[in-house]
Amino acid sequence: MTDATANDISDRSEATRGRRDIGIKRRYAAERRFKAYGMIAIGLGIAFLFILLWSVVSKGYTAFWQTEIRVPITFSEEVIGTAEEGAANQSKLMMANYPQLARDGLIQLLEIDPENSEAVSAANGLVSQGVRMELRDMVLNDLQVIGTTEDVWLYASSDLDSALKGSYDLSVEESRRPISDLQLEFIERLEEMGALEQNFNWGLFTFGASSRAETAGVGVAIIGSAYMMLIVLALALPIGVAASIYLEEFAPKNRFTDLIEVNINNLAAVPSIVFGILGLAVFINWFGLPRSAALVGGLVLTLMTLPTIIIATRAALRAVPPSIRWAALGLGASKTQTVFQHVLPLAAPGILTGTIIGLAQALGETAPLLLIGMVAFVADYPETPLDAATALPVQIYMWANEAERAFQERTSGAIMILLGFLALMNLTAIFLRRRFERRW
Amino acid sequence: MSTSIIILIVLLVGAVGGYAAYQRGRQLRIERGMRPHSRPIYHASYVLSWAWVPSLLLLGTWLIASPILNEIQIRNAFPEDAVAEAGLTDDLAYGIVESIGVGLRSLPEDERDQIDEDTPIEDALPLFRQYGVAIASASQDWMLPLAIESNIWSTVSRWAMTIVVVLFAAGGAFYGYRNIRTRLRARNKVEKVVNVTLIVASSIAIMTTVGIVFSMLFESADFFSRVSAWEFFFGTTWEPRFSAAGSGGETGQFGLIPLLAGTLYIGAVAMAVAVPIGLFAAIYMAEYADNRTRSVAKPLLEVLAGIPTIVYGFFALVTVGPFFRDLSAQISGLLTGNYSAFIQAQSVLTAGCVMGIMLIPFVSSLSDDIITSVPRSLRDGSLGLGATRSETVKRVILPAALPGIVSALLLTASRAIGETMIVVLAAGVAANLTINPFEAMTTITVKIVQQLTGDLEFTSPQTLVAFALGITLFVITLCLNVYALYIVRKYKEQYE
Amino acid sequence: MDMSRATFEKGPAVSQDKTIKMASKDVTVHYGQKQALNGISLDIKERQVTALIGPSGCGKSTYLRCLNRMNDTIDTAKVDGKILLDGENIYDPDLDVVELRARVGMVFQKPNPFPKSIWENVAYGPKIHGLAKNKDQLEEIVHTSLKRAGLYKEVKDRLDEPGTGLSGGQQQRLCIARAIAVSPEVILMDEPCSALDPIATATVEELIDELKQNFTIVIVTHSMQQAARVSQVTAMFHLGDLAEVGATEKMFSNPDDKRTQDYITGRFG
Repeated sequence: MTDATANDISDRSEATRGRRDIGIKRRYAAERRFKAYGMIAIGLGIAFLFILLWSVVSKGYTAFWQTEIRVPITFSEEVIGTAEEGAANQSKLMMANYPQLARDGLIQLLEIDPENSEAVSAANGLVSQGVRMELRDMVLNDLQVIGTTEDVWLYASSDLDSALKGSYDLSVEESRRPISDLQLEFIERLEEMGALEQNFNWGLFTFGASSRAETAGVGVAIIGSAYMMLIVLALALPIGVAASIYLEEFAPKNRFTDLIEVNINNLAAVPSIVFGILGLAVFINWFGLPRSAALVGGLVLTLMTLPTIIIATRAALRAVPPSIRWAALGLGASKTQTVFQHVLPLAAPGILTGTIIGLAQALGETAPLLLIGMVAFVADYPETPLDAATALPVQIYMWANEAERAFQERTSGAIMILLGFLALMNLTAIFLRRRFERRW
Repeated sequence: MSTSIIILIVLLVGAVGGYAAYQRGRQLRIERGMRPHSRPIYHASYVLSWAWVPSLLLLGTWLIASPILNEIQIRNAFPEDAVAEAGLTDDLAYGIVESIGVGLRSLPEDERDQIDEDTPIEDALPLFRQYGVAIASASQDWMLPLAIESNIWSTVSRWAMTIVVVLFAAGGAFYGYRNIRTRLRARNKVEKVVNVTLIVASSIAIMTTVGIVFSMLFESADFFSRVSAWEFFFGTTWEPRFSAAGSGGETGQFGLIPLLAGTLYIGAVAMAVAVPIGLFAAIYMAEYADNRTRSVAKPLLEVLAGIPTIVYGFFALVTVGPFFRDLSAQISGLLTGNYSAFIQAQSVLTAGCVMGIMLIPFVSSLSDDIITSVPRSLRDGSLGLGATRSETVKRVILPAALPGIVSALLLTASRAIGETMIVVLAAGVAANLTINPFEAMTTITVKIVQQLTGDLEFTSPQTLVAFALGITLFVITLCLNVYALYIVRKYKEQYE
Repeated sequence: MDMSRATFEKGPAVSQDKTIKMASKDVTVHYGQKQALNGISLDIKERQVTALIGPSGCGKSTYLRCLNRMNDTIDTAKVDGKILLDGENIYDPDLDVVELRARVGMVFQKPNPFPKSIWENVAYGPKIHGLAKNKDQLEEIVHTSLKRAGLYKEVKDRLDEPGTGLSGGQQQRLCIARAIAVSPEVILMDEPCSALDPIATATVEELIDELKQNFTIVIVTHSMQQAARVSQVTAMFHLGDLAEVGATEKMFSNPDDKRTQDYITGRFG
């Protein structure tokens, strides 16, 4: 049946073509080309996305592992003093020469001649400079350890770490790579002894800024970002919702509200760096708030996020059908009661979704934070929002400027963490939308 | 008493008043046997507002005004000529007085008692230093009494503030409570307060804009008083020199042209990448794609928009830049046998391409919205005449959607011009004036970042120029945005 | 306005034993430039059903919305004239519109239950107006309101379920129950059955008939049969004018106004 009609039509078009030429063939070719352009465009867009993600992940996944070396450490009293001395004088304990302990341990482990300075320094180059802190903290935590010998997992140096992860081409001439032949030999021996292990890199999540890749982490930056997100949430959500309620439900149509309207739409498109300038001039220069503080960052991001939240909230309020408002008003609810008891709860899922998306934007924002001094070297956790802090994207920016291979790996790792947070937030938003969205 | 404790007291007073009002409201109903106009909860909120709003407003005003008044008073008390004699400016002298005040406050009580108005400043300085307050050597004997006076003033002011604010809170609560009766329209009054709060919240958007404009205007005016506007707007050399102290009047050259050229050039490359891809993607999505393709492709493209720009910057720096460089080395190797890269790792091309990728989702989602809002009837009309889909798109839909698409492109361009992190990492910092896309150029945003990170001195043109750059950027993007929004409005009206 | 004066004179003849609950004098309404009502004067008597009929766009809904100032929610609407509720002008600037609406309730064309439970739908009004002294009283109000709306039997086991899950007729009766729960003196109904099927319509009409013993009801309807079935007084609107008002029986058997005759015989509408 269908075949018959199809034939019928094609027969007729055959006949028509005989009569006048409307260029069917050429036009269909153009149609196919046009469609192909569209498919290519979408393909390109998606390809770029995957190249981008792949480039980050392929460089960054190794950052989540960190090589450690098991070294027998003798906490000798000669180097760090006796437990009694240490208890009496903390500063002596703080100043002691812990790297020497690690060096001695390595010498013993690798059976090197202590007089062979070349071999000693080669061996010493295998462990991180962070051993000073690592061993010091062990001793400070438990003075009983002094005088004993213990197997300790020490962080490997970033060169060793990178070499093991295959970031260096080890086939090139010795002088052109950061790992010497002697060190390679040591590494082999350590591996045979089972003294070399790659463990999950908790440090990446807990450490602060550091000039050494192996002891650099985003822990401090995450706290800074968390403070800022809390501030943004605490300020932008109520202010944004209040402003939207006024504009959507109460505002008379006049020039003033029109001005606010245009203003908000425009603010949403102002370059983020301009907000940084605002923060610098107003919050830091005029109000005298401290530079590098999470509070200032939070305020700047609040102003930046506000338009996003307002626009989303107004859309959510507009989606509540007017019949609900009439019903409440008809029962004698006042306008305020109507809005707060009926319209707002019904708009809540939409508002929440908009807020989360706004927060995600704020979390990834870098430029304004650079201007208010968050590009600081912050190694300690900020205790209050007024302390010097840094943020996750800013930390990424600072690491991106480091030349070392190990830092590039960490940068990619930090980006993966950032993207992980963003994905989590956006998925939450999508979930909320799917779960609670009400169709009228 | 610290401000937070004062606030706490005010909140408490309000809460107690509110509770009392609630009880009173319930009682009224029982006593009079008739329903009061408002429910107890509104009586409570009414009293709460009376207790909180005036007192907190007063607190805020006081906190802002008190230091200002103090400063004026101290400045007026500067002995005549003494400031000039010491080779100081008024600002510097006031700064020293202030830090002496800080020093005094940081001393333990018994040591502070040893210092009085007649103590020579030399005797006091070591004490301050001991408690970690370093004071400029230009300090003078007459500053100490002023600092003491200032400290006393602020202490007194603080006590007065505490008392007055708490009194205000209590008085407000009491007044509100006294007003409670059956006919009191507490609900209406509370709703007024709510309404005003809402208005204040929505004016924050205005205040932000005003803040942006004024903060940049003031600093830019300062800048233009040091460097002529002509030199800034039409200068072709950017060489600000360092703003290190002691560079002594060396101001360097602040020519905007190379930065503007770089900004526009990179933006143009980005648009050249983003517009065709984004537009075709939008057309395909709106006109051809079935629901399944749409439901996969659209969110994927939106992910591209959700990736922070710093990530794009890093991508440009470590992947795209080296890729172009190596590619150009291979090409020149094949052509000339000389494997030297003619594309620099940081170049207009790299920054532009990566920025273009970032902009694809903007173009596509904005255009998608606009294309789908073209009425169905237009589409059907064209298809009904026997036009193919692509003909319909080209002849009917795009012309109808043109204003909307133009505005989408303007918004995208404004985004490209204001983008910072990609160019900071991928475009380079050299202020070249070139037409070769394979070389590095720099942008306005890069220079703003560069001039405003590190040590700042709000008196040197090297810092202030960033504000002039900022306002230039703001004005350019503002014009683009406002024009684009205007077109969109017109366009929407047309189809509503 | 000849017509309105005529109706005023005729007023007492309709039902002398009832007192006037709401009286309107020369009510005009403008929506922006457009005049929607041209000086309507109409008395609404206590405890009976007054039906407003007329072709669409005649201003009957507009007039209804004036009676509890729902027109306030439209920015461009401007109401002139006087409407008295028990002798008190409801457009007095000193009057609290919330109190007014608590006395003059409204039921809308399309059922619009809140997307909350049935119980909460009914309890909302009493809650905001503080009508119940305690939980038990509130419970009682909810139950009696549902009973009076003839809905109780159908929903008593699922008071916690959302009101939006009910059928159209049940939803409308829920809306009526919600309005009753506030104990208004007057209930305005704006084509309450237009979104309902015939069976649901019959139930709601029965309900209206019962409610008139306790409430003053004004109903806008486009169905003349409905007006004939439920109302005691009918007012005919035409192009923003009040064409005729009188006892329903008389209106449908022997109308004075030519427009009413035409409408009732189906010449236009």
